[in-house]
Amino acid sequence: MTTSTVTAQTPAKTPEPAAAPDPARIARRRRLAQWGFVAPAVVFMLLFFGYPLVRNVVMSFQHYTPKTFFTGEAPFNGTDNWSNVFHDALFGKALWHTLVFTAGSLLGQFCIGMALAVFFSRRFPLNGVLRSLILLPWLVPMVVSGIVWRRILDQDTGVLNSFLDTIGIGGHTPWLTSPGMALLSVILVNIWIGIPFNMVILYGGLQEIPKELHEAAALDGASAWRTFRSVTLPVLKPVITVVLVLGFMSTVKILDLILALTDGGPADATQTLGTLTYQNSFVQLDFGAGAVVGNVLILISAVFAVFYLRANRTEGK
Amino acid sequence: MATHTPTASRRRWGSTVAGVLVLAVMLFPLYWMLNTALQPESGLLKVDPVPGSLDLSGFSKAVSDQGGHLLTSLAVSLGAVAICLLISAPAAYGLARFGLRGSRTIVFGTLITQMVPGIVIANALYNSYVDLGLVNSYFGLMLADASLGIPFSIVLMRSFMVSIPGEVIEAAQIDGAGPVRTFVRVVLPMSRNSLITSGLFAFLFSWSDFMFALTLNTTDEVKPITLGIYQYIGAHVGDWGSVMAASVLSAVPAAILLVLAQKYIAAGITGGSVK
Repeated sequence: MTTSTVTAQTPAKTPEPAAAPDPARIARRRRLAQWGFVAPAVVFMLLFFGYPLVRNVVMSFQHYTPKTFFTGEAPFNGTDNWSNVFHDALFGKALWHTLVFTAGSLLGQFCIGMALAVFFSRRFPLNGVLRSLILLPWLVPMVVSGIVWRRILDQDTGVLNSFLDTIGIGGHTPWLTSPGMALLSVILVNIWIGIPFNMVILYGGLQEIPKELHEAAALDGASAWRTFRSVTLPVLKPVITVVLVLGFMSTVKILDLILALTDGGPADATQTLGTLTYQNSFVQLDFGAGAVVGNVLILISAVFAVFYLRANRTEGK
Repeated sequence: MATHTPTASRRRWGSTVAGVLVLAVMLFPLYWMLNTALQPESGLLKVDPVPGSLDLSGFSKAVSDQGGHLLTSLAVSLGAVAICLLISAPAAYGLARFGLRGSRTIVFGTLITQMVPGIVIANALYNSYVDLGLVNSYFGLMLADASLGIPFSIVLMRSFMVSIPGEVIEAAQIDGAGPVRTFVRVVLPMSRNSLITSGLFAFLFSWSDFMFALTLNTTDEVKPITLGIYQYIGAHVGDWGSVMAASVLSAVPAAILLVLAQKYIAAGITGGSVK
């Protein structure tokens, strides 16, 4: 169990004559039965995760056209897809938007989620009910949330602008229709979606902190803020890492929310690597270009996967 | 802690009020969805803060336009849950208890799969699906949606099954039960809670799926509600009342699950992601 060098051992099946029960043979048969439990999952994951990863790399060197689906031919074209994608100004924009979208979303979700987690750590009536109801935004399909917010943020008839109009600040903000505002709006909506997830995990982490730590800090005369900074945050660090990395993973690839809110527009202002992959492959039917962008997305995820696994390892042991 | 001085208890109710306010802000968009759905006529213009009278015509239109897609979602999600549990429960048990060589590598791989962007999978899968004739098929979409829940379920159930006392399993084996019998008769009943949690999340993942629905279907044959609503706003930009009514209907499973199974949901969010 300590080493993990060998992935799968399939015992060579040499049919032996049925002699006296051979312990080695029985053990081997038992192993085989045990692998029967695990094998379907391994095969499934190889087909649905392993294969697509490899196939995407291959596809990024192939030339796909709408005709490919009739002829089945996608000739290799060297690094053409890569240089085409990298020379397209849209790629740089999408990369930048992805980083801003991810960083902004994480920052907002985390700070508000943490504030709510601390708030709900206090004991008060109805705490549990309120805490579980706050999960609802996270459970609703993202594309549906996107559509609801699209209605709320509508420039002329949306409720947000009419509210702002009533209280006398602004009221005609083109939330989703001006290139300058759209990305910010999409980030704000995604923060709303991500708050419950952050809150629940951070709340769980806060419950694990031994009470004595806070009592000791209180005895030392530390203020609430000081205690939070010097006691809570450091103890909570492993949980925080996990929240941020998982948040990163789910945010960097978001597609449905953006499609529902803006379809990547206006003027590509909310185009991210995820939507660009979709556009390239499924709208323009240039799967080679889509694969290139997808591979960049994987590369970015892989960097954070390393962080995640490291956090996970310190967490587990 | 149980002694309530008047000021302390007032302070506690003060927190409750603050909590209700927070909740009101957080849930406002969902309220607005319901509110708009109940005022289908004013859907194009500004919407009143409270529906003056209950107008269910938006809902009846949504049901007639989108009801079929709701059923499609239900069928696909239930299928995906079945596939997910069939594949991940035995695997979780095997990885938790058998000490197979390579188990750790597989668990590691399972964690990694949760990081592969869905659009990348769809990109490669689409071409294979075309070759295999799985595009526009219920089974194809169920398989793809099951992939959303399988790694999560394996991780969640495995961490649960590790903690089943070894004596229980050994006792079953001494009674002459083979591995399959032990698994079905002893392990599965004991793991009921983690099975429910995994199934619940597999259902939610599949129900919320938009990307596979969007990319692996080229006709209207297999159209889940998420895709239905998305295309609805394209075609009915003015008819927000019906769009919102359809949205409400699509959010119903989430609401029901939250009410019926809140403890499993909280356990799933924390357990499945931190472990």
